[in-house]
Amino acid sequence: MELSRDVVRKVADLARLKVSEGELDSLVSDLSAMIGYVQVLNEVDTTDVAPMVHAVELHNVLRSDTIIESLPRSEALSNAPRSDGSYFLVPAIIESE
Amino acid sequence: MSYEIIIGLEIHVQLQTKTKIFCGCSTTFNPDHPNVQTCPVCLGLPGALPVLNEHAYYLGVKTALGLGCQIAPYTKWDRKQYFYPDLPKGYQISQFDLPFSHHGQVDVVTGDSSANGGNEPTVRRVRILRAHLEEDAGKNMHDESGRGRDSKVDLNRAGTPLVEIVTEPDLRSADEARRFLEELRLMLTYLEVSDCNMQEGSLRCDANVNLHVTQPDGTKVPTPIVEIKNLNSFRFTEQAIEYEVARQWESFQQTGIRMGAKGGHKRTVGFDPNRGSTYSLREKEEAADYRYFPDPDLVPVMTSVEKINSIRAEMCELPATRRQRILDEFQLSPYDAAVIIDQGRAVADYFEEVAKTCGDGKQAANWLTQDMQAAMKERDETISNFPIRPHVLSALLDRINKKQITIKSAREVFTTLLEDADSGHPLSANRIDELVKSRGLAIVQDTGPIETAIAEVLSRNAKAIADFKSGNEKAIGALIGQVMKSVKGADPQTVREKLLAKLGE
Ligand SMILES: [Zn+2]
Repeated sequence: MELSRDVVRKVADLARLKVSEGELDSLVSDLSAMIGYVQVLNEVDTTDVAPMVHAVELHNVLRSDTIIESLPRSEALSNAPRSDGSYFLVPAIIESE
Repeated sequence: MSYEIIIGLEIHVQLQTKTKIFCGCSTTFNPDHPNVQTCPVCLGLPGALPVLNEHAYYLGVKTALGLGCQIAPYTKWDRKQYFYPDLPKGYQISQFDLPFSHHGQVDVVTGDSSANGGNEPTVRRVRILRAHLEEDAGKNMHDESGRGRDSKVDLNRAGTPLVEIVTEPDLRSADEARRFLEELRLMLTYLEVSDCNMQEGSLRCDANVNLHVTQPDGTKVPTPIVEIKNLNSFRFTEQAIEYEVARQWESFQQTGIRMGAKGGHKRTVGFDPNRGSTYSLREKEEAADYRYFPDPDLVPVMTSVEKINSIRAEMCELPATRRQRILDEFQLSPYDAAVIIDQGRAVADYFEEVAKTCGDGKQAANWLTQDMQAAMKERDETISNFPIRPHVLSALLDRINKKQITIKSAREVFTTLLEDADSGHPLSANRIDELVKSRGLAIVQDTGPIETAIAEVLSRNAKAIADFKSGNEKAIGALIGQVMKSVKGADPQTVREKLLAKLGE
C-alpha cells in the first residue's frame, strides 16, 4: 500500500513531529512497507470471527478507592523543562482567535 | 420566517471518589497547593501503569442508572489523542466506541403549571445518547497581564474521574436547558455520586446550539452548529444560549449561510459572562482528529445483570419519583412538592419524617417552606444543623392539628424553641407543653369565658355592630380581635362562629 506524502505530513503534524521534505520521502516508503507487511492479515478469512477489542484476555483489574501518597512537589516538577517551584511553566496559551 | 431552537448538551460531572480514576492520588480540590497530588501515573511518566478505581466505575453505573441508561456488559478504554499543556500524557483516557452506558432519558418539567392553577405540567423528555467515564485534565492558568508571559499548569486535578453525559439535541430553549441541568444536578446530589460544586468545576457543561429555520416556502434549513465550551454556571449556560440564538438568527437573516455550506462548518466558542457574548476559540486540533485507539495499559470491564441489579437496589428514590410520591401520599400541591424535593434529600427526609409523625403533610409542607425556610435563612443554617429536629416540629404541629393551640401560638413556641436552643436548652415535646401552659396558649375549650367576653365586647361596640349589620363584613374583624384579647388562647374560628351567631340573633 502506498501512502501519500500528504498523509504522512498530516500524521507527523498530529504527532507534533517536525519532518523535513527530505525525510518525508524515506518515511513514505518505510511506512508504506510497514503497512504492506501488516496487510498480509487482510488475507485471513474472518467471516465467523467475533471482532477482538483488546489484545489482553484479562478483564476487571481494579483497585480500591484508597489514597496512596503522592510525589513531593519538587519531585513532580523535577522532570519539567521549566517550573517556578510550584507550577509547570509552559509558553503562553492563547485561547481565543 | 420562523425558527426552532435546537440544543444538545454535554455535561462533565466529577465523581465523588477519594482517589483519582487510575491512580491513588487524592482528588481533593486544592488550588492553593498546586502539584502536590500527582504520581507517575497521572503525570504520564513512562512505564507507569494505570489501574481502574472500582468506586469510580460503581459511581458511574449509579449515575447512568439514574439517567435511565442501559449498562454495557462489556466496556473498554480508549486513548483520545491531542496536545495541550494540561494533558501530560498527550492523550486522555476516555471511552470511544464501547462506553459503559448508553440510551437513557430524563424528563424535565418545563412549565410552571402548578403556580398558575394546576393544569398538567408540560414535560420535555431529553434522551441521553451515552454516558462514559474518562479522566479530567489538569488546570492551566493564563497570564492575566496580557503580555504573553508563561502559562502555569497545576496537575492536581489531572486524572480525576469524570462522567461525560451526552444528550440528544432534544432541548428547545435556553430555559429548558437550565431546567434540565437543575434536574440533573438534583438527581446527582440525591444519588450522592457528585457534590456538583460548580465553583470547583465539579459540573461543567458544553452546549451545542443551532436553529432550524422555516423558510417562506415551508422548507426547513439548519444554521451552522456552534459549540459553547466550558460553561460553569447554569445562569451563564442560559445566557450563552440566548446570546447564540439571537446571533445565529441575525446572521442567518443577513447571510443565509446554512449548516455545511461554505462558511457553515461547526465552530467552537467560549462565553464571556462580563460582556454577555461568545467568542471564537482556537481549535485544538485540525478537524479534531483524535485518532482514538484502545488503551493497551487498561483491560476491559465486564459486568453482569446481577451486579447491576445490586447497584440499583442501593440507589435512593430519584427526585422526580419522590416528588410525585409525596404529592400523592401527603396531598400536596405540585408546587409544594417541588419546593421540598428541590431543596435536596436532607430536606425531603426531614419533611417526610414530620409529615408521617404528625399526620398532616400539608401543615408540614407549610412550615417547611415558610417558617423553617425563613428561620434557616436568618440563622444561616442548613436543615442538618437546624436545632428543631423533626420529632419536635412534629410534636408542635400535632398540637395545632388537635386544636390545642393556634397557628399563631405555635409560631410563638417555635421562636421560643429557637431561643432555647441558642441558650443551650434541649428541645423536646415536653418543653412545648410547658411553654403552652406557662404562657396560657392552650385554646380555651370551655366556651363559657368566650361567651362572657363576646357579650361584654358587644355591649360597648354599638357602632361596629351597626356597621356589620349594614353590610360591612369587615367590621367583625375588630370584634373578634377584642374578644381574643380578653380570652387568651381562644380559637379564632370558634370566636368568629359564636360572634356571627350572636349578631344574627
Ligand atoms: Zn496520580
